[in-house]
Amino acid sequence: MNADPEQLVDHLFRRHSAKIVATLTRVFGSRHLDLAEDVVQDALVKALQQWPFKGIPENPAAWLTLVAKNRALDLLRRDASLASKAGQLESALPRLSYSAPGSGAEIDDQLALILMCCHPVLPVEYQIALTLKTACGFSTAEIARAFLTPPTTIAQRLVRAKRQIRDHDIVIDPPGGDDLPARIDSVLRVIYLMFNEGYTATSGDDLVRADLCEEAMRLGALVVDQSPLHLPAAHALLALMMLQAARLPARTREDGSLAVLAEQDRALWDRKLIAQGMRHFGASASGNKITTYHVQAEIAAIHAASASESETDWRKLVELYDDLYKLEPTPIVLLNRAIAISRAEGPRAGLSALQEIEAHHSLRQYHLLPAVAAELWKQAGDRSRAADAYQRALECPCSAPERAFLEAQLQRLL
Amino acid sequence: MPNYLLFLYSEPDAFNETSPAEMQAIIQKYRDWRMRLQKTGVIVGGEKLQDGTGRVMRRTGGETSVLDGPYTESKEIIGGFFEIQAENYDQAVATASDCPHLEYGTIEIREVEMIVTRET
Repeated sequence: MNADPEQLVDHLFRRHSAKIVATLTRVFGSRHLDLAEDVVQDALVKALQQWPFKGIPENPAAWLTLVAKNRALDLLRRDASLASKAGQLESALPRLSYSAPGSGAEIDDQLALILMCCHPVLPVEYQIALTLKTACGFSTAEIARAFLTPPTTIAQRLVRAKRQIRDHDIVIDPPGGDDLPARIDSVLRVIYLMFNEGYTATSGDDLVRADLCEEAMRLGALVVDQSPLHLPAAHALLALMMLQAARLPARTREDGSLAVLAEQDRALWDRKLIAQGMRHFGASASGNKITTYHVQAEIAAIHAASASESETDWRKLVELYDDLYKLEPTPIVLLNRAIAISRAEGPRAGLSALQEIEAHHSLRQYHLLPAVAAELWKQAGDRSRAADAYQRALECPCSAPERAFLEAQLQRLL
Repeated sequence: MPNYLLFLYSEPDAFNETSPAEMQAIIQKYRDWRMRLQKTGVIVGGEKLQDGTGRVMRRTGGETSVLDGPYTESKEIIGGFFEIQAENYDQAVATASDCPHLEYGTIEIREVEMIVTRET
């Protein structure tokens, strides 16, 4: 038995299997996506059965690629309709090696696969499930955990998505020049939703949610690196995700409790990620279209660049939330705007801004609305109204750390 | 010290629904277990048996039949084996008791018969 390398690269199985699926699907065609997935699963199972005894091979990624290739060739020999693909397979698969940089000149297999998964013909929740399954190597169970959705629902979405791909004859080959930007927009939307789901983490499995953020950033970087177009919106989205993710280490304290922005230890923010985010934010400032990602990235950039909460340019943030509301007229944007107003003009101004949105039906069960009101009443010196508002917040569903936070706040007032 | 063989049985289809990330984590667990025992010289060998192949031969009434195997009464088959050193069965069991395989299948332990080479 040989000595093993110390560790497998983090996420090697998930990422490399997604790569092989992408290349196999490109060779087989989109209607054989299931076949590509089965081939790769077989290769992984083979590794799982062999490596415990024989040790981890020197180049695990190459091993997996080779086993998948042999398995695929096996299947091609048995299926006359696919037999002609053997030559293509031989030349396509050996190119794969773990973390090889993209050429940038043409759309690589992975981006082609993501474009297919995010085809606008599919409902957006199908797009998300399919992207996570095929382009990110998540299992049905993992997607279900991340989205707090029953596994059977996710499985059903995957089956239907694949059926629609066949029915609509959606090909994996990327669209031509004129159609590409709209298709990339659809990809950016899916990445944005994935990241938000991971980032907002109102409840559920923290680990798989952190993975969601990481995968969203990886796909965002892939779009930026691989796309032949220079896409300001893609840079803006990547900037937004990096600047937000950089603050994650400060968001929870060692005991697992939540730290609000004002209380966060800014020394814990990931400076390297902030610098990267700022670079992409800079790169996003071209073209003539301001997207929601641009505005949100600028908001995140202002927070990331501020030395403390009190030194933050809250007036500028109020303006940005006004801009954002024009692009995205949702009560959540108004809630954030009200917070910015309270910091810029005092708690009373914030409370009157809040009143405008309290009637919103969609926020009735949203704990942050009364939680923000409570904080503002406290700052305004009205303890009993603050306590009432915390009580209302506690009646809404929220995650365990958030609940603990709200309860602690309430206790301090009583 | 006598040698013992640990036969690792599992169901061939056990991991068809396991995610790539989970499989990587499982491999890492086996690796950690094996490396620890290899370093201290407890594990002296091991082989993976090929999946899905095997022959079962039997002779009845002068007639030899050859069946495709692996042949087993249960759903589990031997995936491979490790050879370890132990003072006795208790110690062999102790060695195998933190093998990650127990989460996914069965381990059968058999002592290798020592051949007496010197007349007493």
